[in-house]
Amino acid sequence: MRTTVAALLSKELTLEWRTRESVPAMVLFSIATYVVFHFGLDRDRIAGDLASGVLWVTLLFAAILGVNRLFVAEYEQGGFDGFLLAPVDRTALLVAKAVALFLFLCLVELVAVPAFALLLLGPPLTQALPQLVLVLVLANAGIAVVGTLVAGLAIQTRARDLIVPLLALPLLVPVLLASARCATPLLQDGGAGPLPGDWLAVAAIYDLLFALIAYAVFDFLLED
Amino acid sequence: MLTGAFALVFFYAPLDADQGFVQKIFYVHVPMAIVALCGFVAGGVFAVMHLRTRESKWDMRSYVTIHISVILAVGVLVTGSIWARASWGHWWIWDEPMLVSFLIVFLLYATYWPLRFSIEDKEKQSRYASVFAVVAGAFVPLNFTAVKMAQSFVHPETLATTTGGLPPKMALTFVVALAGMTLLFVTLIKYEMASKHATFRLRALRRRLAGDDDELGFAGRSAAPQL
Repeated sequence: MRTTVAALLSKELTLEWRTRESVPAMVLFSIATYVVFHFGLDRDRIAGDLASGVLWVTLLFAAILGVNRLFVAEYEQGGFDGFLLAPVDRTALLVAKAVALFLFLCLVELVAVPAFALLLLGPPLTQALPQLVLVLVLANAGIAVVGTLVAGLAIQTRARDLIVPLLALPLLVPVLLASARCATPLLQDGGAGPLPGDWLAVAAIYDLLFALIAYAVFDFLLED
Repeated sequence: MLTGAFALVFFYAPLDADQGFVQKIFYVHVPMAIVALCGFVAGGVFAVMHLRTRESKWDMRSYVTIHISVILAVGVLVTGSIWARASWGHWWIWDEPMLVSFLIVFLLYATYWPLRFSIEDKEKQSRYASVFAVVAGAFVPLNFTAVKMAQSFVHPETLATTTGGLPPKMALTFVVALAGMTLLFVTLIKYEMASKHATFRLRALRRRLAGDDDELGFAGRSAAPQL
């Protein structure tokens, strides 16, 4: 199991490294979204709950781009058949894809969050960086799990680009809610407030529950 | 039963002191919401049965249950906003966890048909639809807890009011209305299933009459499960 996941994950990362398809697109998309928000809101500097909302909506939509591309290579090049022929646990694919998506999201945020601080955020980001990283990690885990599940569901459909956002956005509302509430006090003007512990717990529990659900149903998505 | 419930609603239950006559929409709105949510969860349970047994009758049950629940959910959203307008003065209130989480659940389930329609292969279609139903069925209670945490409690808590807050006359009417709505739901499901069975039977007979050897035949534009 562990070697399978490692092999699949390294394949995933090599593919992304050579094609550079998802991550740069997600980064560019998030920066473009900041520009759109700047003109849409007509504000130069934002803070508090507005900043938190803009940041999370942008990251969520960028993540959906990545979710859309997640299984495309497998689908178009027959990778699913190859995987099914191999004598390995099918859950390995779920784990590898979720971890890959998680890493992609982290890479995107490595650029997108500093860009946000530079372009739109009023208060300096440095004051609350460790807490923000914690929130980002929890949110990424949730997006990765739900996103992998949704991508697996939608890959066989004709209207994939349509189904993915329609499914993923409602399923990710609790993640968005919890992370936005967590980030609000961190991005406030005049010093970061304490991190709301109950919302962190909500995000963690949601991640855990959806990981269990995905583990339970993912096998059925890979049968032919 | 539902007629009886409505009779009780109009003639028996006392008028609410604050809200007057409009409060009576409560006896339609709340049972409808409860039944629709239970229907979503039941659709998920049927889908689990389908994934375990691979019998298309479970897929059919899951499909029909979700279908009727979505129709009820539209009713819930409409009556909910009418009630909100009457009692709080706005058609839509974001502070209110029930409306918001119901909207999210409704949006999620509205994707059920696009998903089914866009998968050609019948076997795959029912399998994917079942996976969706399981995930969404589990999502319903999760979502409600999360959204509820986020907002102040403006909405009357149904369970709390049925046990403690309602005067006995109102409670009786509410229970009758809930039972009536449940019966309506079950009857609708029965009718829908019967109609689907009849359609398939008819189609099969027609094919035989026409001497058509083609097993698949013309299925029409439908994403319903085939038996």
